[in-house]
Amino acid sequence: MYEFTYNRAASVDEAADLLRKSTEASLLAGGMSLIPTMKLRLSSPPELVDLNGLSELGGIKVDGDTLTIGAMTRHAVVGASPEVASAIPALTALAGGIGDVQVRNRGTIGGSICFNDPAADYPAGLVGLDATVHTSQRSIPADEFFLPLFETALNSDEIVSSVSFPVPEKAGWSKFANLASRFAIVSVMVSVRGTSVRVAVAGAKDCVFRVAEMEQALAGDFSPDAIAGIGVASDNLNSDQHADAEYRSHLITVVAKRAVAACG
Amino acid sequence: MATTAVNMTVNGKAVSAELDPRTLLVHFLRENLSLTGTHVGCDTSQCGACTVRVDGEPIKSCTIFAVQLDGADVTTIEGVALNGELHPMQAAFKEHHGLQCGYCTPGMVIMGLDIAKRHKDPSEETIRHELEGNLCRCTGYHNIVKSITAGAKAMAE
Repeated sequence: MYEFTYNRAASVDEAADLLRKSTEASLLAGGMSLIPTMKLRLSSPPELVDLNGLSELGGIKVDGDTLTIGAMTRHAVVGASPEVASAIPALTALAGGIGDVQVRNRGTIGGSICFNDPAADYPAGLVGLDATVHTSQRSIPADEFFLPLFETALNSDEIVSSVSFPVPEKAGWSKFANLASRFAIVSVMVSVRGTSVRVAVAGAKDCVFRVAEMEQALAGDFSPDAIAGIGVASDNLNSDQHADAEYRSHLITVVAKRAVAACG
Repeated sequence: MATTAVNMTVNGKAVSAELDPRTLLVHFLRENLSLTGTHVGCDTSQCGACTVRVDGEPIKSCTIFAVQLDGADVTTIEGVALNGELHPMQAAFKEHHGLQCGYCTPGMVIMGLDIAKRHKDPSEETIRHELEGNLCRCTGYHNIVKSITAGAKAMAE
């Protein structure tokens, strides 16, 4: 690992100042993605700004029909939260299935979405649930937040403060995981809110994406059978040692049906 | 090299150091404090041999910088025994042959303690699920699960 300077941020404002002073500085949240990439020298930030300890970035609250989760809330806390379980049980399932116990004790929702690993779980969760990302500068709809290949819509000095989720009438999560890493080979979040149906898929491409054809079919008939004949072509799907593009194409329909079934 | 000061409690003892910030917790424990019970199995955050307890929660000490833990309370395998006697979880591993080469054992015992803390009388399925972050290259999972079942039972008594 290359050398770096370590800063403990005392506030979000101070962290944003540090990012403005050093354009190559990196924020450190749970570190479950950043530290492994630094060890492999895939990233080498000269400066780290540690957000751990900023209580203003924590907390889970339900206000009316909106669930808000602070950016530094750890996966284990989301997975064990009674507020989350009663508002959006599919999010409890998602958070409880990220990595393993030790990873869930450190990893955070903010860190996960900012890293935007195409096989991570929260990007599909946010897009599938029509969430909004709140930052130190503005609010960004999940549909516009995630960009291909580990990129996001964030400015270089912008810090995610929380994520808010409109409570859906129903939602279902299903993941076909790589058994070693627990990253998604294909994962799907499905939700229904009023006349809006969302189907978000992760793990299969360079970025989370929605499947409009499935959403339309489910709006007419919300059942696994309604999407049994709808597939996503294998063109432009990921192909690697874990699953080739054809297999991922097959899995998208299977996992989406399971997510619909999980809505109960 | 710029260093960063850190103060933490390890196995009940206060420790202070000036560290190169890139020092991982596991290396601080092993090389600075000579607590070599915590192992590095993979160094890629997968195997769990480096699992230690920080402020009551098990984490992978190869995936956190020691300087992040200013003010934290850390427990390693060396801090598990009670007054020179094996902790009931350690005794259960001995009794049920929960170790072969022993390399993964420190992490398995720390996880066993956490499983027992969070689940009353955990089922085999629960234990196997909770051990997803701990790999045993001897593939001795069966006896590890038996050990944690017995250890959790002994702790509940």
